[in-house]
Amino acid sequence: MAFDNLDIGTLRGLGTALVMLAFIGVTVWAYSSKRKAAFDEAANLPFADDPTPEHARNASRSYLA
Amino acid sequence: MNTATSTAYNYKVVRQFAIMTVVWGIVGMGLGVFIAAQLAWPELNLDLPWTSFGRLRPLHTNAVIFAFGGCALFATSYYAVQRTCQTRLISDKLAAFTFWGWQAVIVLAAVSLPLGLTSSKEYAELEWPIDLLITVVWVVYAIVFFGTLIKRKTKHIYVGNWFFGGFILTVALLHVVNNLEIPVTLTKSYSLYSGATDAMIQWWYGHNAVGFFLTAGFLGMMYYFVPKQAGRPVYSYRLSIVHFWALIAVYIWAGPHHLHYTALPDWAQSLGMIMSLILLAPSWGGMINGMMTLSGAWHKLRSDPILRFLVVSLAFYGMSTFEGPMMAIKTVNALSHYTDWTIGHVHAGALGWVAMVSIGSLYHLIPKVFGREQMYSVGLINSHFWLATIGTVLYIASMWVNGIAQGLMWRAVNEDGTLTYSFVEALEASHPGFVVRVIGGAIFFSGMLLMAYNTWRTVRAAKPAEIEAASRFVVEGAH
Repeated sequence: MAFDNLDIGTLRGLGTALVMLAFIGVTVWAYSSKRKAAFDEAANLPFADDPTPEHARNASRSYLA
Repeated sequence: MNTATSTAYNYKVVRQFAIMTVVWGIVGMGLGVFIAAQLAWPELNLDLPWTSFGRLRPLHTNAVIFAFGGCALFATSYYAVQRTCQTRLISDKLAAFTFWGWQAVIVLAAVSLPLGLTSSKEYAELEWPIDLLITVVWVVYAIVFFGTLIKRKTKHIYVGNWFFGGFILTVALLHVVNNLEIPVTLTKSYSLYSGATDAMIQWWYGHNAVGFFLTAGFLGMMYYFVPKQAGRPVYSYRLSIVHFWALIAVYIWAGPHHLHYTALPDWAQSLGMIMSLILLAPSWGGMINGMMTLSGAWHKLRSDPILRFLVVSLAFYGMSTFEGPMMAIKTVNALSHYTDWTIGHVHAGALGWVAMVSIGSLYHLIPKVFGREQMYSVGLINSHFWLATIGTVLYIASMWVNGIAQGLMWRAVNEDGTLTYSFVEALEASHPGFVVRVIGGAIFFSGMLLMAYNTWRTVRAAKPAEIEAASRFVVEGAH
């Protein structure tokens, strides 16, 4: 391959292709069905510390202690 | 099963930053109203150098961005990272250092800028000793934040924390690179860069201060507080991941649109324009993701003014991230640049998005960290919401009218090629808009006073035992 002919235009083209591949890669990764369960779990993290009844009981006990 | 252990979050530093957000909000926005009044009635510069527009304007921008916005980001990131990681901040001492260090930076800015000490770089005016202090505080902030992420009890890193993390890392990079300078005295330094390079570095910094400080950080806030206040997880977690990577990958290239038709090479201007246009996609992806989180819960907007703050902030975010790419088109920019349109655009983002998402988040957070059910008065939150919305709309509408009028008047030429209007004629035509802006800004500002009162009453009602209990949480030991 004649890399000595690699001019700035080709380099920019390669850059564009690389960024596009990265974008497609991230999208495929994010939308693959394998990761659905993990993402559902992650999406619920803001609610992880909402006191469930059991937690609330434990918590109120610890306030008294 | 009783393997649960009880421990406590560090809410002290969150409370400190939350209160100072309100305080600096009032100072910064009050200054904004004052300098807006100076533009309408120039006698208000009081004929003193310390109170002249040129010195107070950077004080206003630093106060609202770094004091108000910065404290809001510290408060919400420390709050959200602990709760989504189910763990206490990695170090109370370092967290306290970031609080006092950041307040010291703000006080030094408030002293040095009116004295006329400035490096003259927009949004990076502070002189080199303060730059060094910012760097130290920021590195410690990164240690506290990422350290807490590392010791998390949860498996995943929540998307909001990705945004906070991206914001912290990139702001460190931007701040250090843009402020490389050679000190000549204690209060004077000169930039390492010169000419077009200096301009490019400055607006690479300036636009990414918008992209990472005022966008990524506040999106972190959005991804925690919108789901939390709506009581349902974010609309699409997958979209949020694409949103994150696309946003941070594209934003960093958009800076040159601040330098259209300047000495900057044409290719760099075109790159900035194209990247700004592409930026519409991730921006709206995130906006839609936030808005759609409410799908099925829209009725909550009727009764919950906090949610209203958050959703309207997203609406303004969507509006200003449409306006931004449009203004980055070179032909549009030829009309809009150097006019009040730019100022209106910035405030659509600053008042409508940044301030309103912060205010909504704080109304959610303040009662939580002070151990109260809710704010002292929900009615006052509602009043604040309407004052903020009306104030923002008046502000941006007046600046649109002014900006387009100025752009058209400046470019108008007679048949013989001479200018139709002198600069002063365009200025005179702008006066009514300047007055409307003062009114809009004052309305927005008055909402902040309601917030201060509401916060004061909420905090005053909090009992030490409640405050103590609020920070306790339970971790199940049965993983």
